[in-house]
Amino acid sequence: MAKTELEVSAIANGTVIDHIPADVTFKIVQVLDLYNHPGAITVGTNLASKTLGKKGIIKIADRFLTDEEIGRLSVVAPNVTLNIIKDYQIIEKKYVQYPKLIVGVVKCSNPKCITNHQPVATKMELFDEKLKSLRCVYCERVMQQNEIELL
Amino acid sequence: MPRKNSIFGALIQIVTMQNNFISVSDLSKEDILSLLKDAAKFEANPNQRLLEGKVVATLFFEPSTRTRLSFETAANRLGARVIGFSDPNATSTSKGETLKDTIKMVSNYADVIVMRHYLEGAARYASEVTDVPIINAGDGANQHPSQTMLDLYSIWKTQGTLENIDITMVGDLKYGRTVHSLVQALSFFHPKFHFIAPDLLRMPLGYRDFCVRHNLEYDEQERFDEEAINRTDILYMTRIQRERFSDLREYEQVKNVYCLHKAMLDNAKPNLRVLHPLPRVNEIAYDVDESEKAYYFQQAQNGLYTREAIICRMLNIQL
Repeated sequence: MAKTELEVSAIANGTVIDHIPADVTFKIVQVLDLYNHPGAITVGTNLASKTLGKKGIIKIADRFLTDEEIGRLSVVAPNVTLNIIKDYQIIEKKYVQYPKLIVGVVKCSNPKCITNHQPVATKMELFDEKLKSLRCVYCERVMQQNEIELL
Repeated sequence: MPRKNSIFGALIQIVTMQNNFISVSDLSKEDILSLLKDAAKFEANPNQRLLEGKVVATLFFEPSTRTRLSFETAANRLGARVIGFSDPNATSTSKGETLKDTIKMVSNYADVIVMRHYLEGAARYASEVTDVPIINAGDGANQHPSQTMLDLYSIWKTQGTLENIDITMVGDLKYGRTVHSLVQALSFFHPKFHFIAPDLLRMPLGYRDFCVRHNLEYDEQERFDEEAINRTDILYMTRIQRERFSDLREYEQVKNVYCLHKAMLDNAKPNLRVLHPLPRVNEIAYDVDESEKAYYFQQAQNGLYTREAIICRMLNIQL
């Protein structure tokens, strides 16, 4: 009998990033620099989702995200779920939340901002929780979600 | 002053543990009113040697003669000594020294630092690298909070209150930081705004959105005439800034679009006053200077009193 579904095996240890909005799945691959990850990675996107319509999912074997990486992830995809897997079991579920203050992750879009000219780490505060817009602590420029560029 | 509009701003302030005057968005209603009261005391008596033995540094990484002279006069009238530079080309900045290093170095000498910088956010950053109070005298197109304080003082003095003022802003509302900061600062006092600008220079969406968020009444129009003047308490004129245009053809289209003449004030409300952050070019005709409603030169003078108040506040000197 022909298979109707592609089977993707579960990972023994690692991280599953779920509920990714489909249009940012590959951006997360880039943000987390998964190109250079030596272990197995499964990337799925445009999968049916009741809540998102279409969603992405990324399974990364033998990798556990640092707080800094979770911070970067949250800027691109604020509402994803992280499943931490050990011995094929989900031992922890993390709901990524948009941080109130983001240091050194997002580039300020203002070309005249001091962070684009001197060795100063960028600092962004959440400006509008609903719109996920950010405000540069230094030059006070407000950036909408679609203007956000990572360093 | 502590950033009171956000928890994180407050945390930043706790970490740095110092007084700074960086942005209008840091100021509470109480901060504004108490500074205005202090400024009134300095207007009554500008020469008070409250800063005897203190050193005020004025670091002007871009030239601004008007603001520098105002701050230096304020420091001198308070009895402080003034050090600093007005031409960064003559300093180590021209050799590639970072702002951090310059601020660290000057912090060894001064009790308070007044700085203007062409980069936006420079003053906030400076406040993070030193314990010496920083007063922002302008950071690019971002903030110039002492200008806002002198604007507020001028409104307060001429109208007797900041509450329920009908204010008409005319000219370059897109790039003019003074009008942006004034909208922010007046948000505590139930103002009614009329924004008059050509379409190219209309009030940016971010500030219109600010008005909506804060339930501030505003309207917009391009026409500038007696009807607009006769309904208002404060007419805040601004210069169309040639240096802001990358396309000079656009500047030519709008440079003389608004011009206030004395006759246009004939039927204005008796309490109306004309403000302008100066310098002016063509937007206020010289015959307006003879009108009792012209207030822009006194407005500039008010900068001295408000800056005396700001410097003292940064050094925790009670009046």
